[in-house]
Amino acid sequence: MSLVRDDVEKIAHLARLAVNGDELDSVAAGLSDILQMVEQMSSVDTAGVTPMAHPLHMTQPLRPDRVTEENRRDLFQSIAPQTEDGLYLVPKVIE
Amino acid sequence: MQWETVIGLEIHAQLATNSKIFSGASIAFGAEPNTQACNVDLGMPGVLPVLNEEVVRMAVKFGAAIGAELGQRSVFARKNYFYPDLPKGYQISQFELPIVGLGEVDIVLDDGSVKPIGVTRAHLEEDAGKSLHEDFHGMTGIDLNRAGTPLLEIVSEPDMRSAKEAVAYAKVVHQIVQYIGICDGNMQEGSFRVDANVSVRPKGQKEFGTRAELKNINSFRFIEKAINIEVERQIDVIEAGGKVVQETRLYDADRDETRSMRSKEEANDYRYFPDPDLLPVEFDDAFVAAVTADMPELPEAKCKRFSEQYGFGAKDAVALIASRELADYFEAVAKSSGDAKLSANWVMGDLSGALNRDGKSITESPLAAEMLGGLIQRILDNTISGKIAKQVFEAMWNGEGSVDEIIEAKGLKQITDSGAIEQIVDEVIAANPQQVENYRSAEEQKRGKMLGFFVGQVMKASNGKANPQQVNELLKQKL
Repeated sequence: MSLVRDDVEKIAHLARLAVNGDELDSVAAGLSDILQMVEQMSSVDTAGVTPMAHPLHMTQPLRPDRVTEENRRDLFQSIAPQTEDGLYLVPKVIE
Repeated sequence: MQWETVIGLEIHAQLATNSKIFSGASIAFGAEPNTQACNVDLGMPGVLPVLNEEVVRMAVKFGAAIGAELGQRSVFARKNYFYPDLPKGYQISQFELPIVGLGEVDIVLDDGSVKPIGVTRAHLEEDAGKSLHEDFHGMTGIDLNRAGTPLLEIVSEPDMRSAKEAVAYAKVVHQIVQYIGICDGNMQEGSFRVDANVSVRPKGQKEFGTRAELKNINSFRFIEKAINIEVERQIDVIEAGGKVVQETRLYDADRDETRSMRSKEEANDYRYFPDPDLLPVEFDDAFVAAVTADMPELPEAKCKRFSEQYGFGAKDAVALIASRELADYFEAVAKSSGDAKLSANWVMGDLSGALNRDGKSITESPLAAEMLGGLIQRILDNTISGKIAKQVFEAMWNGEGSVDEIIEAKGLKQITDSGAIEQIVDEVIAANPQQVENYRSAEEQKRGKMLGFFVGQVMKASNGKANPQQVNELLKQKL
């Protein structure tokens, strides 16, 4: 599988990465190389192998349903660029 | 052309836990903005989500309630998209291996027949925060209290063929999640949100049409309205030679229309992958047995039992089991009064009326079930008539005391002394010679109605306290 410029533009947009127009071809080539390397895996016979969701052979530990966190809004908001009435302010999002 | 509507619902039920799905922050409704958003919810670097055991229990409970396959090994995945109310840039959800697999719930159609609706899956996920778009000098305000709130997303098969069926299905799911205590069901506060996937196709066609997803529907009435208005829109588009676009549309209740929100084609590319911060969730049969051990009687089973045990028709049974609390209340009244039918009448009649009038729920009733049961006992043992009972009910509702105290204090005890009633009957007969004459000369079948006049006069003279049966009998004898 190989990627073309349009694919890279789309992926970059989805990931909110700024890729310049003159970089698109080289990024497409680089990503295609990676995909081709991964494709070698397809030749391995994986019949009977359970798909791996996590490299650790463990299951998820659970925590009891208790409220353990206190209000630390002032601390968290001390690094926010802009707040008002307890809200984080961000550039207007128009739907 | 004849069109057929195809509907599938995605229901987000907010799980009634104390803390969030992956952090120990509270999920209590209505807190000051961002006071319940901790570093895990904010997506600070270096934090690790740890799964709340209660959400696993609740999901398993739901799966068991609808007889679904349980994913004894389920995996959390990242759903990637950018929006300011999603600080991490991804929502933790489940994709390929959900915790609840294929199941089914039954709905009852208008003609009384039962239709099974498939539930494709139900998976656990975290909620996002809230964006407030109004009045921040051109900026958007973000409240992350809701971020990380546990949700169970219940996805149905496209099995519904009308807005009515969709509402019936949503109501059944709404009832189940409340019965098993995993969701408070509050639609106004967004604890139970319904999105509808709607498409139309020519009747008889096998392939589905292109669907639109309707969001922002916050009541059962609006589910029906939103779907019907969207179906009309899609048919208009197709009949005008156009094509339905796959997109998300917002329902606007004020204007009763749906509006395009965003085209789904691009937004759809969520690039799911297993979340490396979370390990697979596994549980065994013993866990399932422990979770389902305290499963309450489910609505369907309760409805059936009420019909059989108390001899109710389907309509009465359905009304009485509307909520678990109402059903429990009714059963307590029936037990203490000893008469199920009369208890049902009082619970659905005067009690429900008074609760509605005062804007109270059944759990806030000022009348304990045993008090109402006591009132019904006094009707059954002829201490008071049904009519007087309504007065006593109001007095009890207003906290004036127990049933016997009120009857005593207000002198409402029914007159059953036949001598006393006879005296009143004689007086009424003597005072109305013309009516007596009419009655006596009337044909037999017309007399029944005419007797009502005398009964009314006697009841009036006795302030409603004379025993109606005795009055009737004495009048018939004497006339």
